[in-house]
Amino acid sequence: MQAQTNIDNLESQAAHEAHDGLEIEQLKPGQEAWRRLKKDKLAVAGGCILIAVVLVSVLAPIISTHNPNTVVNSNRLLPMGTPGHILGTDHLGRDMLTRLLYGGRISVAIGFTAVGIAMFFGITIGLLAGYYKGFFDTLVMRFIDILMAFPYVLLAIAIIAALGPGLLNAMIAISIVGIPYYARIVRGTVLSLREQEYIEAQKALGASDLRILFKHILPNSLSPIIVAATLDVGWMIIAASGMSFLGLGAQPPTAEWGVMLSDGKDFLRAAPHISLLPGMAIFIVVLSLNLLGDGLRDALDPRLKQ
Amino acid sequence: MLKYLLKRLLALLPVLIGVSILVFLILHLSPGDPAQIILGPKATQQSLDALRHQLGLDLPLHRQYFQWITNVLKGDWGRSIQLKREVLPLVITRFKATAILTVFAAFIAVSFGMLAGIISATRQYSFSDRFLMFMALVGFCLPVFWLGLILQIIFGLKLGWLPVSGMYPPGQTGFGSMLPFLILPGISLATGSMAEIARMTRSSMLEVIRQDYVRTAKAKGLSQRIVTYKHALRNALIPIVTVVGMQIGFLLSGAVLVEIVFAWPGIGTLMVNGILARDFPLVQGTILFVATTYVFVNLIVDVVYAFLDPRISYN
Repeated sequence: MQAQTNIDNLESQAAHEAHDGLEIEQLKPGQEAWRRLKKDKLAVAGGCILIAVVLVSVLAPIISTHNPNTVVNSNRLLPMGTPGHILGTDHLGRDMLTRLLYGGRISVAIGFTAVGIAMFFGITIGLLAGYYKGFFDTLVMRFIDILMAFPYVLLAIAIIAALGPGLLNAMIAISIVGIPYYARIVRGTVLSLREQEYIEAQKALGASDLRILFKHILPNSLSPIIVAATLDVGWMIIAASGMSFLGLGAQPPTAEWGVMLSDGKDFLRAAPHISLLPGMAIFIVVLSLNLLGDGLRDALDPRLKQ
Repeated sequence: MLKYLLKRLLALLPVLIGVSILVFLILHLSPGDPAQIILGPKATQQSLDALRHQLGLDLPLHRQYFQWITNVLKGDWGRSIQLKREVLPLVITRFKATAILTVFAAFIAVSFGMLAGIISATRQYSFSDRFLMFMALVGFCLPVFWLGLILQIIFGLKLGWLPVSGMYPPGQTGFGSMLPFLILPGISLATGSMAEIARMTRSSMLEVIRQDYVRTAKAKGLSQRIVTYKHALRNALIPIVTVVGMQIGFLLSGAVLVEIVFAWPGIGTLMVNGILARDFPLVQGTILFVATTYVFVNLIVDVVYAFLDPRISYN
C-alpha cells in the first residue's frame, strides 16, 4: 500500500513536471527572460535600488522642505547628524540631503537621456549601414573608426571644447561618444541576420525594407542592445558628473552630483561629507545598474553565464 | 612580421588624417572668434581683421586646414594664448607626467588584476573567489575622481602617510622621490581597469582550465603552479590582452580626472584649463597629441596580440 502511494506520488510529480515543462516551452522569449531575471537576487536588488533612487529624486520637493540653492551663511559646514540637516550642510550652508535628492534628478535623467540619444542614432546608423551595405556603410563605418580613435572621455572633452562648457553641451557630448558603440553592435547583428532565410522569405513575400528592418531585424538584435544600454547608463552618469567635476558640465550653483563633489574638494579636511556623499550616490546608482545589467545579460542569453 | 607592421602603419594613415580633420573642425566650427579672445573685448575692428589675416582665419576652411596641418607636421603647433608659449614643447613636457602616471597605473592594473583573476579562477566559488569578484564589481563602479578624494582623505589627511597632491616636474627627479606622489593617483586611476582585467582574466582562465590539455598536464603529474601559469595562462592571455588594450583608452581618459584631483602636472590639467580659458591652439594641440598617441598605442597592442596568437596571420 505504502509502495503504491509512493508510485502514485512519483507519477503525479512526473506529470506535474511534464506539465511545467510544457508551460516553459509556451513562454515567449521575453517572459522567459523575465522569469530568469526575477530569480537573480542581485539583479532584483539592483533594480529595486534604482527604482528607489528614481522615486526619491522625483519626490525631492515632498521629502525635503529645504531649497537646494538657498545659501544660509550661519549654517556653513554643519556635520552629518545635525538636527534639521540629517546629512549636514555644505560650505554655503545648503542642506546636503536636499541637494543630493535634487542632484539625483539631474544625474539620473542625464544618464538615461544620453543613452537614449546614443541608442537612437546608433541603432539607426547601424541598421542602415548593415542592411544597405555599400558606400553608405563604408562612409559611416570609417567615420566611426575615426571617432573610436579617441579615448572616450577625451572625445567628450573635445566636443565640449567646441560647444562650450555647460550641462546640456556635456550631455550632447557624452551622447555622441556613445553612438559608435551602438552602431557597431547593431551593424554586426544586422550583417549576420540579413543573410538568414526568414529575411529572404520576407523579401520574396514583398515586404518593404522598413518592415523587414523594424519588424524582423531590430527585435532580433535587441538583447545585446538592452544589456549594453543598462550598463551604459551607469557609465554616462559617471562621465556626466566627471565633466561637471572638471568644470565642463553643469555649473555651480546647480545641485548636480559632479558639481557637489567638486564643491567639496576644497573642504576635505573640515567637511569631507560634502564630497563623500555625492560620490557615494553616484557609486550606488552605478552599482545597481551594473547588477541589473549583469542580471539582464544572464537572463537574455543564459549561454553567457559563467 | 615587418610586412605586417608596414601594412598596419599604412592603415593608420587615413585614421590619423581623419583624427586631424576632426580636431581641426571641432575647434574651427565652434562659436567664438579666436582673434577676439586673443585681443580682448576692447579690440578695434581693424586690429581684429589684421590678426585674423595673420592667423589665416580669413582663408576658406580647407586652406586653413592645409596650412594648419602643414605647420603641425613641421613641428609648429602654434602658441598658447593664455600661457604665451609654444604649444608643442609645452604639450610634450606635460605629457611626460601623464605618461608616467598612466604607465604606473597600467602596471598596477595589469599585475594585480591578473593575479586576482587567476586566484578567482583557480578557486572558483570559494570565499576568496566571491570576495575578489565582489571587490572587482565595486572597483568597476567607483567613479575615479571620487576614489581619488577618498584616498586623499584617508592616506593623505587622516593618516598622513602620503602627500595629498602635487608632483615634481618630470625629469627633475628620480623615480624613487617621485613614488610617494605617484601611489595615490596611480591607485585611483588603476582601480577601474584592474577590476575589468580581473573579471576578464577569471572568465578567460575558467574557459581554458576546463580544456583537455590542461587535464592532461595535471594527469602527467605537473604541479598546479606550472599547469596554471605555464599551460593555462598562456592560452588565456589572448582575451586578456584585448581587454588591456581597451583599458589604455580608459586610463588616458581617467588620467584627465585624476590629474585634476591630485593637481598632477599632466596634459589633462593643461587641456581642461585651456578649454576653460578658450585657449584654442592649446586645446587643439593637447587633443591632437593624446589622440595620436592613443592610435599608436593601439597599434602596439595589436602587434603584441598578433605576436601572442599564432592563429592571427601576419598577411
